[in-house]
Amino acid sequence: MLKIENLAVEVGGKEILHDVNLHIGPGETQALFGPNGSGKTTLLMAIMGFPKYRITRGRIIFKGQDITRTPLNERARMGIGMSFQRPPIVRGVRTRDLVVAAAGGRFDDRAIDNMARRLNVMDLMDRDVNLGFSGGEIKRSELMQLLVQGPDLVLLDEPESGVDLVNMALIGQMTNELLQKDLHRTRTRSGLIITHTGHILDYVHAGKGYVMIDGRVISDGESMEILKCIKEKGFEECRTCRR
Amino acid sequence: MSEIEIGQREIARKAAQKPAALGTDIDLSRYATEAEKHPYVDDPAKLSPEEKKHMLKAGVVLDDLSRRSGTFIQKDQTPVHFSAQQEGVEVMSISEAFKTHEWLPQYWWNAVKVDADKYTAHLELHETDGYFIRALPGVKTALPVQACLYLGHKNLTQRVHNIVIAEEGSELHIITGCTTHPMSAGLHLGVSEFYIKRGAKISFTMIHNWAPEVEVRPRSGAIVEEDGVFLNNYVSMKPVRTMQMYPTVRCVGAGARVRFSSVLVAPPGSYMDIGSRAILDAERSRAEIISRAITTGGTLIARGDIQGNKPEVKGHLECRGLILGETGVIHAIPELVGRVAGIDLSHEAAVGKIAEEEVEYLMARGLARDQATAMIVRGFLKVDIEGLPPELEAEIKRAIAESEKDLF
Repeated sequence: MLKIENLAVEVGGKEILHDVNLHIGPGETQALFGPNGSGKTTLLMAIMGFPKYRITRGRIIFKGQDITRTPLNERARMGIGMSFQRPPIVRGVRTRDLVVAAAGGRFDDRAIDNMARRLNVMDLMDRDVNLGFSGGEIKRSELMQLLVQGPDLVLLDEPESGVDLVNMALIGQMTNELLQKDLHRTRTRSGLIITHTGHILDYVHAGKGYVMIDGRVISDGESMEILKCIKEKGFEECRTCRR
Repeated sequence: MSEIEIGQREIARKAAQKPAALGTDIDLSRYATEAEKHPYVDDPAKLSPEEKKHMLKAGVVLDDLSRRSGTFIQKDQTPVHFSAQQEGVEVMSISEAFKTHEWLPQYWWNAVKVDADKYTAHLELHETDGYFIRALPGVKTALPVQACLYLGHKNLTQRVHNIVIAEEGSELHIITGCTTHPMSAGLHLGVSEFYIKRGAKISFTMIHNWAPEVEVRPRSGAIVEEDGVFLNNYVSMKPVRTMQMYPTVRCVGAGARVRFSSVLVAPPGSYMDIGSRAILDAERSRAEIISRAITTGGTLIARGDIQGNKPEVKGHLECRGLILGETGVIHAIPELVGRVAGIDLSHEAAVGKIAEEEVEYLMARGLARDQATAMIVRGFLKVDIEGLPPELEAEIKRAIAESEKDLF
């Protein structure tokens, strides 16, 4: 599904990511760990194709195509979707209008309302996008947009931050739905999840995990093992987590 | 002619050369003073299709008068139709109203000063008609009253002097469309005086649909009594050569309330200087001024002024400007004046271009750049409009949507 080769990314003239390699197969969900400022969000933004995140070396291959130079919205249309940790407020634009635009005709109004009810975002639909949303509301609204977008590769930036326990279960359940976790052999959707605390992994199963420090992937392995290791020894010692 | 009227004429004469405080000075001798008189029509549906088309764009419906509780149409200097469709609502020309109501002179040049500048003076010194709209005590209009001011004669100074009165406890919704043939040149001078009596409410929605060679100098004033409400909505999205206005509302009764909502677009070649002023002269009176300004190449000065002169008054001013394209100027000038303790006045103003971060966020959902931009601009132009009948709200939305396509 996604293959990243020797990727280097610059933001504002400064190299943030150095020689990152990553491979996510169809139907696989992987986790990305690392301390604040290690470059995790930068990697997701570069995969999504934000122009400010300039790729200076390496390649991104998505569904067999080199998308290193493909514009942001085309990547979205090809099937990459992302949930943002701190999305901007868009005044005057109702969440519903954005959801309908993101759905691109794939769902009718009734299906959208059903989904909104299940995600508990019905009361957000007629409010301006992200205006005055709580941390948990932002996560649910982001998830709503992704569900109608139906991407093949789902990039989640800390889906659990700012979410209370009750909503955590809901977000976990809907993320599983987004990632087709109920399907097994026929599952095609893949995911890459940034997590600080690992809480989301109590709900959403991730196979492989990576640890990123200072813009480099320093180790990889089974997600739950890595998480255990980080909890015991901290990030810096994670070089030894490698199996 | 009464003594008062002679007195006003004298005052006007002295102000005949007085330049306006704001806006480029217009040489009135460049424009014709008189145009041919137009015949009165009983059924405005019989106006020419061309004229009706332009009027419709400014929100004036002529083929089905049952959708309005009254209609007034003035072409150049001549009122060509006026009628009221609802009991308790009066709609007529000012000249007719002077014959009907002997008390009218006390409302004449009371909310707007005759010697404000040479434009107000010019109206007093030349025979000027206009509309008279009044709701009798307690009468509430279900449907809006519509008024249309159409400038057809080339190079004319169109003169209009309007009086609107909402008697105690009444409710009046008015939509005014000011328009012209897109190819014409001319000058529109219009005085509008609004009187909102105790517990009454007026919503006044004005849609300007001028042309690139037209100059416009409206002069509006309103006096709001105890617990009265004045809602002033204004939409101008078409090119205009120069336009300057600063409607001023005085709240003179306790608990009086005024709200201005404006949607302004300055296309290339347009020079617009548009303000909204609220003078809070009574306790617990309130004002809200909200404007959305876009330049696509023209110059737009967006002013706002709230003056708090009595305790416990409240006012908020919000001006947001968006610069689309490489040229164009937005100059936001919000002003607050407090003259006593115990008042609460605030303002916020922001001018900028579309935030790239917002565009990219929408693009990450699969929208193309121009779709994302259009969605953000549409959102920007969406001002909350309260207290309007659904028909009027739809009219405003339609007027905005109609002009939106010119923005991209």
